[in-house]
Amino acid sequence: MSLMLEVAHLSKQFKDTLAVNDLSFTVNEGDVYGFLGQNGAGKSTTLRMLLTLIHPTSGEIHLFGKNILDHPNHALEQTGAVIERPDLYKYLSAYDNLYIFAKMSGIKPTQELIMKNLQLVGLSERAQSKVKTFSQGMKQRLGIAVALVHNPRLVILDEPTNGLDPQGIADMRQLILHLSRDLGKTVIVSSHLLNEIEQIANRMIIIHKGSKIAEGNVAELLDPGNTLVELDTTDNPRAFSFLQQSSFTHGLEQKDGLIRLHMDRQEIPRLVETITTDGQGILSVRPRHSLEDYFLSLTNPDTHVESPANRIV
Amino acid sequence: MWNLLQIELYKISRRSRTYIAFAAITAIVLIFQLAFKADGTAYLDFMSQDVMDTFQFDKSKAINGYFMCYIILNTLLVQVPILIALVAGDAISGEANMGTLRLILTKPVSRTQLILVKFFASVIFTIMLLLWMAVTALFFSMLIFGVDDMLIFRSKGDVSQILQITKDDVLWRYLCAFLYATVALTVIASLALLLSVFAENSIGPIIATVCIVIVCTIISNINVPIVDKYAKPYLFTSYLVGWKGFFYIASTEDGETIKGSMENWPAVRNSLLTLLGYIAVFLSAAIISFRKKDILS
Repeated sequence: MSLMLEVAHLSKQFKDTLAVNDLSFTVNEGDVYGFLGQNGAGKSTTLRMLLTLIHPTSGEIHLFGKNILDHPNHALEQTGAVIERPDLYKYLSAYDNLYIFAKMSGIKPTQELIMKNLQLVGLSERAQSKVKTFSQGMKQRLGIAVALVHNPRLVILDEPTNGLDPQGIADMRQLILHLSRDLGKTVIVSSHLLNEIEQIANRMIIIHKGSKIAEGNVAELLDPGNTLVELDTTDNPRAFSFLQQSSFTHGLEQKDGLIRLHMDRQEIPRLVETITTDGQGILSVRPRHSLEDYFLSLTNPDTHVESPANRIV
Repeated sequence: MWNLLQIELYKISRRSRTYIAFAAITAIVLIFQLAFKADGTAYLDFMSQDVMDTFQFDKSKAINGYFMCYIILNTLLVQVPILIALVAGDAISGEANMGTLRLILTKPVSRTQLILVKFFASVIFTIMLLLWMAVTALFFSMLIFGVDDMLIFRSKGDVSQILQITKDDVLWRYLCAFLYATVALTVIASLALLLSVFAENSIGPIIATVCIVIVCTIISNINVPIVDKYAKPYLFTSYLVGWKGFFYIASTEDGETIKGSMENWPAVRNSLLTLLGYIAVFLSAAIISFRKKDILS
């Protein structure tokens, strides 16, 4: 897979607020790349910078091999986007909106092309209806048709399921998967819901307060067999040496006076048994948050993983 | 660029607020015409009271199509900036308010191009509005009141005077006056466009433009030497009524008017150049500001 987007040390400062802080990530051709973060995390600011709507304070963005600040049109000609709400000209019809934005995209919009795109998003029957008569879901789909009308290689969708009912959310998910699997588009999709990203993305980034906290393959990041466990025993140096000889060696290290290792959460009872057979007393075993726990702890402080329920002693 | 301009004109034509301006002009012109048809001589009596002793004229002939158009323009060209601000003030801020600005700028459209297109669309709207004024105020008046020599009532310092322009010497003056008015109103359009760049709803720039025009017009009309010297030359509103210069006909030492002449062409030309300068300044400021702006709407 070739590299399509490379973001390096991107930052954006709004007066006293650092909205995006030294963010770096890459998107490959063919990816459905999830952009995950709570509201206000800096997702939209980052996506807007990718589209030249916001000027970065520092950092570089290379899209299709060129710096977007130097070659904005090169990037935008091959990119389609819906940022936040799909706002369109309410006093014009779906057909007219699509026609106008197709022309702005630099293509010659034929009736066949317009109708084909309306059909793609299930709006061909409402082609002549004014947008002000559309539901939120229909506007969202028309927004996507506008983003796709010039056949871009990269599609950027910012919170595309916002304001949709469950059926609308399911339809949107299918549409994004269709774009990726059947039409070969690279898609960057942002959300504040992990399960949304989990269902459609193959790679993702999690940002919090403008900074990256995780990035990688979705399956690996959400792998429950890769839990970080912190262990405190009556004699940690001895327990550490003992574990080095056992099967619990993945990511094994001593840090801040504790033993840390990566392991399958289901194996914690066996770890406790192994330590105690060596005659060590266990003071605490704390499985650190899985990615989901960690993300939930960011988005909802009430579910913070520091609660006793998450601690095994 | 031509594609974008076509799109912009199409969008303007599909918005109902665009036609408010045309309807307002039609209504005002009609009211003027009806009022003068009913009792125009009373107006002439009032205007000519200072020169009654020295200048005799046939009042029934004085109220003609040319005279009517001059009276209407005198009133309307003060109000039309508000109508221009309605469209130009909405140019960028309206798109921001609707949320379509971010969609437009995700397309391969440069910000400079977008501002220029908005500017040209505003100019075209201004021209259309003035053409409509020409049709209703000039040509309809010519049909209703007929044509004859044109009288201009003018206060020059403490002196009131009446200028007489022969009927075959009028139309070119109107053509030039409308062209001048186009430039003058384009200053308003470019100011409204500049203010529109900074706002995310249309009301702000429209009201701000109207307020600036009103305040500057008031200052332009304060007849105090210090204001004349230090304020008026720098206010664009001082030059908005320069179109009247085309009707101030030159005369001989005997008081005979000279056909095809203007009393002070250099002053009119300088006013025109000053207005063009203002357009360049406002438009450049709009482009620079918009290029630097973060689109957060």
